[in-house]
Amino acid sequence: MATESLGLLGIPLGILAGTLRGSAPFLFVSLGECITEKSGKINLGLEGTLLMGAMSAYGVSYLSAPSVGDFWAPWLGVLAAGLTGMTLGAVHGWLSQQPRVNDVATGIAMIIFGSGLAFFFGKPFIQPQAPQLLTFDWGAWSSSPQIQAALRVSPLFLLGIAIAPFLQWFFRATRWGLYVRAVGDSPQAAMAMGISPFRVRMLSIMAGSFLAGIGGACLSLYYPGVWTERISSGQGLMAVALVIFARWNPVQCLWASMLFGGAQAIGPAFQSVGVDAYYYLFNAAPYILTLLIMILTCSPKRSLVGSPGALGQDD
Amino acid sequence: MTDSSVATAGGLKGFAWRRPLEAIFLPVAALVVALILFGGFCALAGANPFGVYGSIYQAAFGSWSAWQNTLIRAAPLMLTALCTALPARLGLVIIGNEGALVMGGLGAIALGLSIGSTLPPLVAQILMAIAGMVAGGLWIMLAGALRYYRGVNETISSLLLNYIAIALLNHLVEGPMRDASFVTKPSSAQLDPAIWLGTLPGTRIHFGLIYGIVICVLAYGLIQRTTFGFAARTTGGNIRAAKIAGLPVGKLTLAVCFLGGSAAGLAGMVEVAAVQKRINESLVSNYGYAGILVAFVARHNPLATVLVAVLLGGILASGGILQRSHNLPDATVLVFQGIVFLCVLYSDSLYGKLPWFQEKVVSD
Repeated sequence: MATESLGLLGIPLGILAGTLRGSAPFLFVSLGECITEKSGKINLGLEGTLLMGAMSAYGVSYLSAPSVGDFWAPWLGVLAAGLTGMTLGAVHGWLSQQPRVNDVATGIAMIIFGSGLAFFFGKPFIQPQAPQLLTFDWGAWSSSPQIQAALRVSPLFLLGIAIAPFLQWFFRATRWGLYVRAVGDSPQAAMAMGISPFRVRMLSIMAGSFLAGIGGACLSLYYPGVWTERISSGQGLMAVALVIFARWNPVQCLWASMLFGGAQAIGPAFQSVGVDAYYYLFNAAPYILTLLIMILTCSPKRSLVGSPGALGQDD
Repeated sequence: MTDSSVATAGGLKGFAWRRPLEAIFLPVAALVVALILFGGFCALAGANPFGVYGSIYQAAFGSWSAWQNTLIRAAPLMLTALCTALPARLGLVIIGNEGALVMGGLGAIALGLSIGSTLPPLVAQILMAIAGMVAGGLWIMLAGALRYYRGVNETISSLLLNYIAIALLNHLVEGPMRDASFVTKPSSAQLDPAIWLGTLPGTRIHFGLIYGIVICVLAYGLIQRTTFGFAARTTGGNIRAAKIAGLPVGKLTLAVCFLGGSAAGLAGMVEVAAVQKRINESLVSNYGYAGILVAFVARHNPLATVLVAVLLGGILASGGILQRSHNLPDATVLVFQGIVFLCVLYSDSLYGKLPWFQEKVVSD
């Protein structure tokens, strides 16, 4: 990207562009993890789900393009990504609820399994170019190609922005939302209410994995818009930290995702104006930020505000 | 753990042999089920499962040369596994193995490059090992300290520390530590050949394997046979009871995390001093994450870790052959690892559930 024409203005523009482009996967994965953790389980395996989603979205988009056209093929890919994610979620949901099975260990196993499957089936799709999701070009008014590129917004990102407040409402105001929160806070109490914690957690993990799969589709069908084995830079693992950062609140997940997407763009933005001395350290910004915030807000005396009561406890 | 009371309530008839057998049967059965599932997967992918089994066996354990490849890979695995296994005995789930390995590698190379060939090789190697262990140990100790003093979840913080360590590595080899004469990829300068970690006589296996086995045996002794280990296990069993009993839980947390991290740091030193000889991004080759797998499969027992590491080292060593002779992608090995891990985790939930393995309780 040539930003000489914009000079130093390229830095905030680059960060803005990176935020709009890079927060979509964070948003979907963190919303997915949020649903999962609200029910009292942790899914570290969303990294594998994300990769599997990215691969299946790209593959389905590429393979179905000849028959359904370049407009619908990527959307079919998005659906496939969600369904693949949900399948992996079912495995995690079932296994992590067996007695004496640790959900963190299951998550690591699912990362290995999911990324293995994604690389295995994704090998033929590394070369060909799959049709991409159409974007809203809100920068068409500008003659500057940087601004045009920055304001090319994905409909998936807008969908994610809509899902966040919907989830907020879902948890606060619906019967099903209450079930999820009850199971997450106290499975015993939920059982007394006549709710099956197993079933609620299973459905929550599957729904969360569906969203995480779509997060993968954001990567392969929007930005960076290719399928490679290094497409994910740990967004799936980061989601766990991000949800803590957002205090298990879906709307705050949105802000946190934008912050992380923006933080991820700091390094490349500085590089684009020729400052690349601390490129990698800037890239570590989201991780350092999360750690600092956790250090500042945690306390050994009490659990975090908003934390589901039964989170991470063995049943 | 209510089921264990079944066997202990009432008198047992004769020697209790069924329960130890169960502890051997379940992991083996899990492995067999994993092999069957993986065979089905290969068949679906169009490869002959028995051919694939044969190739994996040949590439992992089929010849002395294959054994050497396997053991070279097993060495860092058994060390990184301790980074999860030791804190697990204290009830902590640490997954910062990759970061501790990277920090250990950085510590070792920084010291190794500044020593050059000024010291006798053995002294230089020991100093590098200590530097790696201290660097990796402090890195994980940070996660333990944050846990104890600030209540920060150690799983998340150690995970974040991985990314920070890798970023630090990339920063250093792109900038301050970069050797401009090495063009293949951004790397540090090479260690002086005099202080490379040598190989066992007559083999390609480096001394890292000995380090790994010795450290695992020491770790087993420390956890199972010392007061320190007993205190750590007590804390892992019930932290409140440990505090009431007056155990220094904070110091234990820091010490155990330091020891775990230093094992992974030593793995970094071994990789740098025996395999890569310089430091660059290829140090980040998933030995850390695979180490977590080894720890859980070995059920956090340092001696079992050695065996599981050899097994996984064999699986890793067979990656290339599957591509060459069966036209399967490299990632097949990753799928296999995933299936094995999932099956072993599930088998854990079956302890005490299979009727045949229950000791007969004498009635009346």
